[in-house]
Amino acid sequence: MTRSDTAGAKVLVVDDDPALAEMLGIVLRAEGWTPAFVADGARAVAAFRDTHPDLVLLDLMLPGRDGIDVCRDIRAESGVPIVVLTARGDTTDVVRGLETGADDYVVKPFKPAELVARVRARLRSRPDASAEPEQLRIGPVEIDVPGHVVMREGEQIALTPLEFDLLVALARRPGAVFTRQVLLEQVWGYKHVADTRLVNVHVQRLRAKVERDPEHPEVVLTVRGVGYKAGPVGAADAEG
Amino acid sequence: MTEAAGAPRARAGLIRALGWPVRRWHRSLRVRVVTATFALAAVVLTVLGVVLSEQVGRSLVDAQRRQALAEADTGLATAQKILRSGTDPSTALPQVDVALNPIASRAATFEVLLLPTDPLHGTPYVPIGLLGVQAADVPASLRKQVVQQQEAYAYTDITTPGGGTRSVLIVGAPLSPPSGTSYEMYYVFPLDQVQSTLGHIRTRLLEGAIALVVLLMAVAVIVARQVVTPVRLAARTASRFAAGQLAERMDVRGGDDLAQLATAFNEMAGALQQQIARLEDLSRVQRRFTADVSHELRTPLTTVRMAADVLFDARDSYPPAVARSAELLQSELNRFEGLLADLLEISRYDANAAVLEVEPVDVVELVLGVVDGAAALAAGRGVTLDVSDVPRTPVLAEVDPRRVSRILRNLVTNAVEYSEGRPVEIALRADEATVAVRVRDHGPGLRPGDATRVFDRFWRADPSRARNTGGTGLGLSIALEDARLHGGWLGAWGRPGEGAAFRLVLPRTAGRPVLTAPLPLEDVLDVAGAR
Repeated sequence: MTRSDTAGAKVLVVDDDPALAEMLGIVLRAEGWTPAFVADGARAVAAFRDTHPDLVLLDLMLPGRDGIDVCRDIRAESGVPIVVLTARGDTTDVVRGLETGADDYVVKPFKPAELVARVRARLRSRPDASAEPEQLRIGPVEIDVPGHVVMREGEQIALTPLEFDLLVALARRPGAVFTRQVLLEQVWGYKHVADTRLVNVHVQRLRAKVERDPEHPEVVLTVRGVGYKAGPVGAADAEG
Repeated sequence: MTEAAGAPRARAGLIRALGWPVRRWHRSLRVRVVTATFALAAVVLTVLGVVLSEQVGRSLVDAQRRQALAEADTGLATAQKILRSGTDPSTALPQVDVALNPIASRAATFEVLLLPTDPLHGTPYVPIGLLGVQAADVPASLRKQVVQQQEAYAYTDITTPGGGTRSVLIVGAPLSPPSGTSYEMYYVFPLDQVQSTLGHIRTRLLEGAIALVVLLMAVAVIVARQVVTPVRLAARTASRFAAGQLAERMDVRGGDDLAQLATAFNEMAGALQQQIARLEDLSRVQRRFTADVSHELRTPLTTVRMAADVLFDARDSYPPAVARSAELLQSELNRFEGLLADLLEISRYDANAAVLEVEPVDVVELVLGVVDGAAALAAGRGVTLDVSDVPRTPVLAEVDPRRVSRILRNLVTNAVEYSEGRPVEIALRADEATVAVRVRDHGPGLRPGDATRVFDRFWRADPSRARNTGGTGLGLSIALEDARLHGGWLGAWGRPGEGAAFRLVLPRTAGRPVLTAPLPLEDVLDVAGAR
């Protein structure tokens, strides 16, 4: 992976601490990205619409407006990757951020290299964005891989790029069990990150969108104590 | 020894045999009150009844005797008068018999016998009455007294014509006609009536006593209920309160002792609730403070951290002193960060704000992941991490993977740092209920007593030894808290010169206590060698 992959990407930094924002700017610029800044949560969504960023770096503790709300609003209108900065490693805080639509999080204090790795992983053009037509299917869900379209009983489902990648990764090897670690590697692109919460919350979000009944999933199945796997291809036919 | 051991066992057996009633007795105040009332009332009434019926019986018998004697005296006077009228005794005696007995047969309360003292010179006059009294029925002792010219009486049983026996009172008096044979006159009074009266009275007494006992027991039940019900209510309220329902209070009715109990209980509950609320407030404030400090410290620290990293990356372009400063800044920031993170974690435990988030996890995978993560550190110190004693089949357990990884990372890192280049062995064993992981090093070991102190905050094995490990001194304290949060064990073993071992034991089902460990803490190398 070279720097040119993501060069010129626009990153919106939503942070109220001027020193940290400036420092983030220095680090982002050093990677060849273009930062934009907004310090007030109340103006964050407007700034997002103005700048059309490729990624949002969002501090969860903001004056004016809670970062969680900002996250939800941005996610409501765009699938742009959101990486949240949180001062607390508490699970509740992290999970809250992820549940409202963030793709990833970094806990303060973080090393610049760690942040850069996370941002780059989210900015990176995905290897599966090939032009070759590829149609996948899990139960009632149909996936058009190059078109980035997911259909369910004739209706299109809006997934974020990350949720889409997660679904595709599972669908490409039907029946195979993926551990959370493997998913982190394949979908997030992380080698040595052992944060299962990231996977768990994204699976929940994905289920909320693609399952008939998220309590009784038939598309993304849990393999107790191991990980996840795609449901059988013909589940809908068998049922119907 | 065996006797001493046998006695309590025998007692235990007895208690078990008595079982239910004994338990009821000990547990229920009502049962005790009612039983005691019954026992006391029964004893008192029995004594009272016996004494009473005795006295009534005696006075009845006395009255009967007095009446009998009076009757006999009257009869005697009548008989004397007839005899003294000068008629021939052979005609006078039947007259006496007729004069006395019809009265008797009319009233049927007595019969009269006239017996000659000398049976050869005289005819006995025996009535053909209902009693069927015979001359032989008069006791010899009584006859003897009467023959000696004494008026006397005796109680005896006679045989009735029907074959039964009847108790009778016989009053005898000498009857001396002016001439001829002397006679004895016997008045025979049947005692049936007295006895039936007495029996009647006894029955009534018994009935009364039973009614009284029943009444007393009913009173006892009512009184006991009146006392016990509020006491039970109080107990229920207290146990609800103890279970955490702090708003639970007792009803205060009236102004009696029970109302006082309720009032006192409510006052105590109020005070406790207030105290608990204050402590909760304190804890909340503490948690809030921890979160605030966390946020406030972390934001500038992040900036410093990033700035230091930028400087560090560019250190080659600085003069040597500045470059070294950048290096020191970098490494000390690492330490500072670690310390801050550990302090915040510990304060979270102190504030009881640590939350366990369990999910089914393969502990083998966790262990191997941690070992992988420590591989670089171990290689740098020339230490091999031996995982040959870790099975390669999944061992599922409901644990918090973040915390368990942290514990394991801590144990492995510690072992690597203290192993002085010798291998570190990691073993994992599981049974149905628990999973145990042991990390064993062959470093300087632990001195006696240190095995517990290693978990103290900021404790150092050797204060004189330079700290080069970069540890915060809180790692094992946090690990111990993490293990306890799971309901598991974390223990240390060590001997000077022989190294140390740390063992983590966790329940495989969240919330179950750990009772036994599937892996010994102490050195298994010796055991393995002997095998």
